[in-house]
Amino acid sequence: MRVTMDVNGRSVSGEVEGRTLLVDFLREGLHLTGTHVGCDTSQCGACTVHVDGLLVKACTMFAAEAEGAAVTTIEGIAAPDGTLSVVQQAFQDHHGLQCGFCTPGMVMAATALLKDNPKPSEAEIRHHLDGNICRCTGYHNIVKAIMAASGQEMPALAAE
Amino acid sequence: MYAFEIERPTTLQDAVAAIAGGGQALSGGQTLIPTLKARLADPGKLVSLHGVAELKGVCTDDDGRICIGAATTHATVARELAGSYPGLASLAARIGDPAVRNRGTIGGSLANNDPSACYPAGALASGATIVTNTREIAADDYFHGMFATALEEDEIITEVKFPVPRAAAYEKFIQPASRFPLVAVFVAKFDDGVRVAITGASETGVFRWTEAEAALSSDFSAGALDGLRVDPDHMIADLHGDKAYRAHLCAVMTKRAVTAAA
Amino acid sequence: MPKDSGIGASSKRREDVRFLTGAGNYTDDINIHGQLHVHFLRADVAHATLNGVDTSAAEGMPGVHRIFTAADFAAVGGLPCGWLITDRHGQPMQEPKHPILAEGKIRHVGEPVAAVVADTLAQARDAAEAIVLDYDVLPAVIDMKAALQDGAGRVHDDLTSNLCYDWGFVEDNKQAVDDAIKGAAHVTTLELVNNRLVANPMEPRVAVGEYNRSDDMHTLHTTSQNPHVIRLLMGAFVLGIPEHKLRVVAPDVGGGFGTKIFHYAEEAFCTFAAKALNRPVKWTSTRSEAFMSDAHGRDHVTKIELALDADNNFVAVRTETLANMGAYLSTFASSVPTWLHGTLMAGNYKTPHIYVNVKAVFTNTVPVDAYRGAGRPEATFQLERVIDKAARELGVDPIKLRRQNFITEFPYATPVAVEYDTGDYVATMDKLEEIADLAGFAARRKESEAKGKLRGLGVNCYIEACGIAPSNLVGQLGARAGLYDAATVRVNATGSISVMVGAHSHGQGHETSFPQVISEMIGIPEDQIDIVHGDTSKIPFGMGTYGSRSLAVCGSAMVRAAEKVINKAKKIAAHLMEASEGDIELKNGRFSVAGTDKSVAWGDVTLAAYVPHNYPLTDIEPGLEETAFYDPANFTYPSGAYACEVELDPETGHVKIERFSAADDFGNIINPMIVSGQVHGGIAQGIGQAMLEGCVYDADGQLLSASYMDYAMPRAEDVPFYTVDHSCQTPCTHNPLGVKGCGEAGAIGSPPSVVNAVLDAINSGSGKKVAHIDMPLTPARVWAAMQ
Repeated sequence: MRVTMDVNGRSVSGEVEGRTLLVDFLREGLHLTGTHVGCDTSQCGACTVHVDGLLVKACTMFAAEAEGAAVTTIEGIAAPDGTLSVVQQAFQDHHGLQCGFCTPGMVMAATALLKDNPKPSEAEIRHHLDGNICRCTGYHNIVKAIMAASGQEMPALAAE
Repeated sequence: MYAFEIERPTTLQDAVAAIAGGGQALSGGQTLIPTLKARLADPGKLVSLHGVAELKGVCTDDDGRICIGAATTHATVARELAGSYPGLASLAARIGDPAVRNRGTIGGSLANNDPSACYPAGALASGATIVTNTREIAADDYFHGMFATALEEDEIITEVKFPVPRAAAYEKFIQPASRFPLVAVFVAKFDDGVRVAITGASETGVFRWTEAEAALSSDFSAGALDGLRVDPDHMIADLHGDKAYRAHLCAVMTKRAVTAAA
Repeated sequence: MPKDSGIGASSKRREDVRFLTGAGNYTDDINIHGQLHVHFLRADVAHATLNGVDTSAAEGMPGVHRIFTAADFAAVGGLPCGWLITDRHGQPMQEPKHPILAEGKIRHVGEPVAAVVADTLAQARDAAEAIVLDYDVLPAVIDMKAALQDGAGRVHDDLTSNLCYDWGFVEDNKQAVDDAIKGAAHVTTLELVNNRLVANPMEPRVAVGEYNRSDDMHTLHTTSQNPHVIRLLMGAFVLGIPEHKLRVVAPDVGGGFGTKIFHYAEEAFCTFAAKALNRPVKWTSTRSEAFMSDAHGRDHVTKIELALDADNNFVAVRTETLANMGAYLSTFASSVPTWLHGTLMAGNYKTPHIYVNVKAVFTNTVPVDAYRGAGRPEATFQLERVIDKAARELGVDPIKLRRQNFITEFPYATPVAVEYDTGDYVATMDKLEEIADLAGFAARRKESEAKGKLRGLGVNCYIEACGIAPSNLVGQLGARAGLYDAATVRVNATGSISVMVGAHSHGQGHETSFPQVISEMIGIPEDQIDIVHGDTSKIPFGMGTYGSRSLAVCGSAMVRAAEKVINKAKKIAAHLMEASEGDIELKNGRFSVAGTDKSVAWGDVTLAAYVPHNYPLTDIEPGLEETAFYDPANFTYPSGAYACEVELDPETGHVKIERFSAADDFGNIINPMIVSGQVHGGIAQGIGQAMLEGCVYDADGQLLSASYMDYAMPRAEDVPFYTVDHSCQTPCTHNPLGVKGCGEAGAIGSPPSVVNAVLDAINSGSGKKVAHIDMPLTPARVWAAMQ
């Protein structure tokens, strides 16, 4: 079947099967390979994107269900001139990534959080990241980056 | 995944027809899609309820019950019930993770009836009514054990009606891998008594702890539960906890839910 | 004032921009025109005689190109083991064949039995379901003790038993150790399990094989920490492809933690099948496949005895370990419980007599190999746990007991064959007491108790041997490869530099930290220097990244190559300034003649090297490019002291990690930001091992923890902010940077303090006495131990 959706501000359409996941449509159909697949039980969050402004796991939604939707992927987060978003820049400034594989999902999750909750507490950030697994950073610098992106003072323990 | 078609009806009538025509309902898909990926199901045709507007949203009926459309997401329930039924809102706010809550739905959760799902506890403790395309089913008659419900072939949930208790709370002790409840307890205090439903613990799925209900109905305090024990016999035993531990947690989490509600 | 560039600066990572914008290039992002997809039919039983594989129904299914079974690999070698262990009696270890696809027998759940190559992955999976396996199930060999009993079923019928080796170290110490224990004033004994783990880098493994008939060139794109090692093992030992016809590319790799060191069947398969089908062949692991095909880690069962004299001085340590090898020997499996474990058993302490016995056992489980720390976490855990137990038994302060027994003079030759070059264990412990605010613990415990919770404090020290290693030494110990590394420093005409390195960066930030070193040496900006890694066609023959070795070994090679470049550039500069070479100094990117105001810029000299119009052509060649291989003289010995504070809910057994502090000595530091990040990640993995993660088989060999639904990965909510410090620095004496390596410390150093803290909470606050709980310390286990 044919699906049409808006991806990162551009209208796209393509042929998909019923079983084509949104993440496969993005990666294979549109070559937007920034959205990653890290598990098959909907837990790791490496595939996290925004669908109509909401955080969604692109591996747990069919492309057909995104018909008419506005999808934002990691490729659509920086400014058109390449300037990193506040969240992206904070991740670099605070070393919130190492291997980079979970990073697109983390940035999408953090961006969605700050839209709903501009000054989240440390506990709120950690709770919000329940669906995003990182194996490299121990989360320290991810949480720190999100606090920094929200313009908050760092707790003393996070200073190092 | 095996190959299948997806139909995307926009009305309930079309959805019911498509399901009667051999399709399987696809609501949020947060459980069904991983199941399909593991090739544990071969549905042939899925009928997405995502576009059926009449299955979405929250309202209050003439009896003061909160009516939640079956395709309403957990995130919506968490947001919209924060004032009207905070106990249930708090349950919805802790299902899975934020992305799961943006897709997963109450109807999907109740239709699947995972023995460790959150909503069955909320529905059973609240004495909710599960409304389908053909009838209304009292929660007490709806849950038939692990992954089993009163739903007939081709019957789909359209709405769930919740009487609002005087006080309620949901206490969840998570299984650290899946983040599903290892044991979770929903306590609801009504004028005519207290209902306690426990999920995650039993091999027979969600259940009411009637001894606790009786004790709490005369004295709604954690202390009223002193000495009460859940029989470990039918508890789930797995990597994350044996029968005795789960039975113990049933009591602890019930007490905590009572304290939180009181 | 912190530096803003060069050695010691927290330079921001240049690789981040591509990762943050979705522009990374991971192996699964590679799709080659015409590629086919392979799906492996994997065993669903642990142990069986495989009578036949009937592919007839599957072969004609839509999209199927070919189905491979073991018969197709008859002329191909097995997957090699890179380390030969010689046992206590001088005999070589038992070394079974490790076939690409199961041959005659199935030996673990997940073992690939057949491979379907089709146009699409879905078609390959469909066809795999139509393959009929004819097998007779055998009783599974799962429990290591049972596996070693007479009459136990055998994983490999052609071996004499399930014992891979019985290793004693140092065998000559044994009698003295036995005597010392017999005569000791106090002996503390502890039996424990070092739980089996799954490394779980977030990027699952991927392999894309390619073959070009026109030049007979094979290319393998793979998720590897060491592309040259894969080329060597696969080319020379498995497929028989000479190096010049085999290119291995490891592009951006999404974490490794050891499990991407090894050469896997799927890599050899895709390379082989690409030629057989004359089409690119791609395999992408699902997470579920990863659980049953990535090499697992740890899985030791140990009894340790610590003997003390009447003054609480350690007099002897004796350990006996059963180490699970799984069904086959993975690439470095045999070295992990032996040389990477036994040699660390002295820890930070001057114990005069130590004996280590390890029996490696074959079982019907996934092969076990190195996972972050590899052998050293197992050594640290048992030693630091038994010390804590001894302190409790003797009623002495566990920190005092450690301090009393610290090694304080360096170099120090341990009774287990290694020589620590430098260290200051008193300094790291002092630093730990400060940063962990141990003085404030009593007050924090009171606060917890007021909430009905128990609070515990656990500490431990660790020592590790990193920067593996002197090739002549490891060769004597059985390594079948050298363990040097290599770098080429290529200076371009205008002075910018490309450095080709054998190390591979998959999260460590080499693209940022390596240029900091060159920038410091030459005095040009970091952005003038680029690192090239991960492609055997572009980089010199280096051994890759593991064992915290990248900077210590490959970084040292880079320094040596840069020194050669600078020496040559000085000759050119001397010529340009008509001065004596001995008078030339290089500072801030300018060559000057000592004692004069004459100078030329770095770029002028590099330009002269490539445009040699005014150039001493009779004395030196044009161009400016040098390669160095570096083989270290010793291991490096990072060390540290860690503290964990937990709050325990006695009603549920739930433990919350409240504080975690790490004082490390990594020697000199290139990029403190990156070093802290490495420690954070290691600590989280250590907390994961201690609290959450456990890979569990049932008695039939079915993997119970087969996905993230049952294998608990640490989430953000499971860990606190960590306090880390690496200001205690005793530089390594034998490498040019004085660096020791930091990648594994967190994972090595953290599990004992977590467990010690939980036991402290129980024993100090609940009135219960619990000597030990095996990891992971799930709420159920903690609660059960307290009943």
